[in-house]
Amino acid sequence: MQAIPEQQAKERIASIIARYFDKKAQNGRLFINLGVGIPTVVANYITSPNVYVQAENGMLGVGCAAPEGQMDHDLINAGRTCVTETPGCVYMDSAASFGMIRGGHVDATVIGAFEVDQKGNIANWIIPNGKQLGVGGAMDLVTGAKEVVIAMQHTSKNGKPKLVKQCTLPITGIGEADMVVTEYAVFVFDKGRLILKEIAPEITVDELRGITDAEFDV
Amino acid sequence: MGCDKYKSIEDAIAMVKPGSRIMVGSFGLAGYPEELIEALAASGTGDLTIISNDLGTPGVGLGKLLTNNQIRSLIGTYYNWNPEAAAANNEGRISVKLVPQGTFAEAIRAAGVGIPAFFTPTGAGTELAAGKETREFAGRACILEESIHADVALIKAYKADELGNLVYYKTARNFNPVMAMAADTVIAEVEEIVPVGSLDPECIVTPHMFVDVLTMRKD
Repeated sequence: MQAIPEQQAKERIASIIARYFDKKAQNGRLFINLGVGIPTVVANYITSPNVYVQAENGMLGVGCAAPEGQMDHDLINAGRTCVTETPGCVYMDSAASFGMIRGGHVDATVIGAFEVDQKGNIANWIIPNGKQLGVGGAMDLVTGAKEVVIAMQHTSKNGKPKLVKQCTLPITGIGEADMVVTEYAVFVFDKGRLILKEIAPEITVDELRGITDAEFDV
Repeated sequence: MGCDKYKSIEDAIAMVKPGSRIMVGSFGLAGYPEELIEALAASGTGDLTIISNDLGTPGVGLGKLLTNNQIRSLIGTYYNWNPEAAAANNEGRISVKLVPQGTFAEAIRAAGVGIPAFFTPTGAGTELAAGKETREFAGRACILEESIHADVALIKAYKADELGNLVYYKTARNFNPVMAMAADTVIAEVEEIVPVGSLDPECIVTPHMFVDVLTMRKD
């Protein structure tokens, strides 16, 4: 197995997800919500004009990050990054914005995670170490979006598997994950089973099992 | 006509009494009523419950109220941008109620439209469901969430007309329109007050019925 440098890993994860959305958007408009971290990078790789990005702080039609000199601090995404408008962009209040999410109108959300387990449970809102105090929109997104795509590196910084048998951290939602994309593999959840869909050229299935605590079908 | 809802920033903030529940519009530092918060910090009014998405950053915006020890409790969604909140909570100086952001927005909206509580699947089965009634709807576990009401809402809008109709600016809109419906007294800080009739009725976001006081930076 060949190690993949962190930056390359993140870009790869983002580009795989973008390709997936581009393909889906061939059938019509697609409304997606992107979390912070790797999910934000997905926007850089989307080429389809049919994909519309929603930000939970009240915007549909989020464009790219605002260039230096054109930043408006009242035009931000949920990660507080100054962004730009796309043609047809629209603003709404937080209740309407979360109405889009909780009402099942958003087709997909891409979020990071600390852990995902083989039952599709997601832990991504808190590491109980006393330093964090916040949930934000994580629980609304995993519960409300039609499809939940997890974008995360395959293992933690200290090499521990993040795809586990059972989440040990506080969960964000029960059985809500639909797809997990890491630098080494793409998995989907189907009828309660975790299934390997794609594998990177740097790794064999046996090696993948070695860095994955969760059980999966090939 | 003149504007009978207008008050100076200081007179407006004098309406906030110690021990009140105060709702404040904002998402990070976008769309918070800066002049009102500065005046509230300067007033020293304490023992406040602050209902807001987050608490800005340490010593800035709403963060000032915490730095000044004016806060007794927080109801909101995300305090990781202001580590002083976690520290104050760990030391027991404040109490904090965390609410998922969509539930938070909906609970405020609910208070504004006369709905005392509602069921939602958001948060079901998580730590934030502790102590909440759970029921199944269409095969899905849902938890009962109560509406969130305040004594005073301090909101930020872009423009008002002299009646108090409001329009907003980009993502500075965020929680402001729902908070305008969910408090006994609603104080709106705006950039400009224009004559009645000069805002397009199709584009007004908050109808003037919801707004009690208009205020502006003086210069």
